Amino acid sequence: MKVEQIAVFLENRKGRLCKFAQVLYDANINIKGMYIADTTDYGILRVITNDNEKAVKVLKENGFNTTVTELIGFKVSDKPGEMHKVLKLLNDHNVDISYLYSYSEIGSNQAAILIKVEDNEFVSKLLIDNKVEPFIEK
Amino acid sequence: MSYFDKTIECMSYNDKKNILSKNLKNVVEHVYNNVLPYRKKMDEIGLKPSDINGIEDISKLPFTLKSDLRENYPFGMFAVPSDEIIRLHASSGTTGKLTVVGYTKNDIDNWSKSCARGLYGIGVRKGTVVHIAYGYGLFTGGLGLHYGAEYLEATVVPVSSGNTSRQLMLLKDFKAEVLCCTPSYALHLIDEIKKCGYTKDDFNLKYGVFGAESWTNEMRLTIEKELGIKAYDIYGLSEISGPGVAMECEFQNGCHVQDDMFYPEIIDPDTLEPLPIGEEGELVFTTLTKEGLPLIRYRTRDLCRIIPGQCQCGRTTLRLDKVKGRTDDMLIIRGVNVFPSQIESCILKCDDRISPHFHITVDRENNLDKLTIEVELGPEIAFDEITVIQALTQKLDAAISSAIGIRAKVMLVSNGSLKRFEGKANRITDNRK
Repeated sequence: MKVEQIAVFLENRKGRLCKFAQVLYDANINIKGMYIADTTDYGILRVITNDNEKAVKVLKENGFNTTVTELIGFKVSDKPGEMHKVLKLLNDHNVDISYLYSYSEIGSNQAAILIKVEDNEFVSKLLIDNKVEPFIEK
Repeated sequence: MSYFDKTIECMSYNDKKNILSKNLKNVVEHVYNNVLPYRKKMDEIGLKPSDINGIEDISKLPFTLKSDLRENYPFGMFAVPSDEIIRLHASSGTTGKLTVVGYTKNDIDNWSKSCARGLYGIGVRKGTVVHIAYGYGLFTGGLGLHYGAEYLEATVVPVSSGNTSRQLMLLKDFKAEVLCCTPSYALHLIDEIKKCGYTKDDFNLKYGVFGAESWTNEMRLTIEKELGIKAYDIYGLSEISGPGVAMECEFQNGCHVQDDMFYPEIIDPDTLEPLPIGEEGELVFTTLTKEGLPLIRYRTRDLCRIIPGQCQCGRTTLRLDKVKGRTDDMLIIRGVNVFPSQIESCILKCDDRISPHFHITVDRENNLDKLTIEVELGPEIAFDEITVIQALTQKLDAAISSAIGIRAKVMLVSNGSLKRFEGKANRITDNRK
């Protein structure tokens, strides 16, 4: 159930996002999912790649602040009400979610959902027990 | 305690007064007879060398300004024939014209001695490996410390500034015990040490001699912790000689002025009246033994105070408190005087998760001054949630605003994104000019 995410600090300056993409491209790293939380002065980019270890290394070398965080990732069918089912389950067990984002690949009938919670062990077990499909990156 | 020159450094007040008085009379005579601008200045106020009978008469003498040196560029203030000058140094000002200084053989010898006294006071001896990363050349930093360390027969490594990876290799391989550079370059070295995967234990450093720019006690604590050394402040300016005019002893309680050579006064920069010991004002120096370019009551523009009382080390020399900043560096923002050193000390003590690197920008928007302070995140901060950065920004904001009395906009930026400095730092962009 656990998925590693890299958070990248981006000051609001022209070209920073482009530079970020360039660094990963130069290292031949593929971005699987991405989400930006932004303010007027800076943004925090949350990204999941096919090679996090290498991504952190090259980003650091190129002057990006990074933080690796463990999230819970699961998959649901890409249709109404599916996400709600899982969120209700979490809510019923008093699980707080700090943030959530999702993406679905074109041509796929499933959506990946990533959440940050306090107790990864508890939530993992809860989701497995309730037959929620884990997000596994190929 | 051991001293480089106990007689001079621990001299009683009365004995010192006699020497100072004698030297002051000599230097006044010397400039009156040999430096036309001084003769003019003194004649204008009807002052003759014979009116100066002792050190207590110093306040009768006219001041010297940096502009005097510029207006008499290059050698118009020199007091000896040009073939007596064995060395020239120069510093570039913000206005473009160089300030040129010249030294006779005795001047170089005294300057070396003043530096040697300071270095001896922190433990430099014959054979101590001293790595000098101040710039060599027209700037006095490198050569000044070089001659001082050589005077003590230390093992000098004259690296000069630049090429940081080579500096690290030399520091490691030559096992330097003393690092001499600007405090901002020390910060840069700390970053590079981490980047190269070294730790402080890979080095043999024990002491640092940091100067050529004002720095705070908070900066001292950071450097001491990161490099595992004791960091000492050294003060000087090329007009008065160069580094070594004053330096801290092992007690790190103010810079001991070599006051038999360089006599300090603190004046009120507005009224120009001398201030009592302990009060803050502009630091003024009179060179008592210089031959080539003697200066009378030279206004340094540095804001400082003399620490009352005697140091635990037993030296009786006057001590300068940390220089708050050069009046030239002072920013007037919405009518409030702000010193970069106040901001520096806030940033360094505020939170472990930020780095000591910052940059100040002042703009004028709609006729209002706007102060923006960019501060680098530390390399290890965990921040995947916006709230972490927001809380940190607010914490810094509150600390800085309360220290300087006006609101500043704090912007956190990526680690390593601000400019690093090999010599004197320039952390201010003032777009109002």
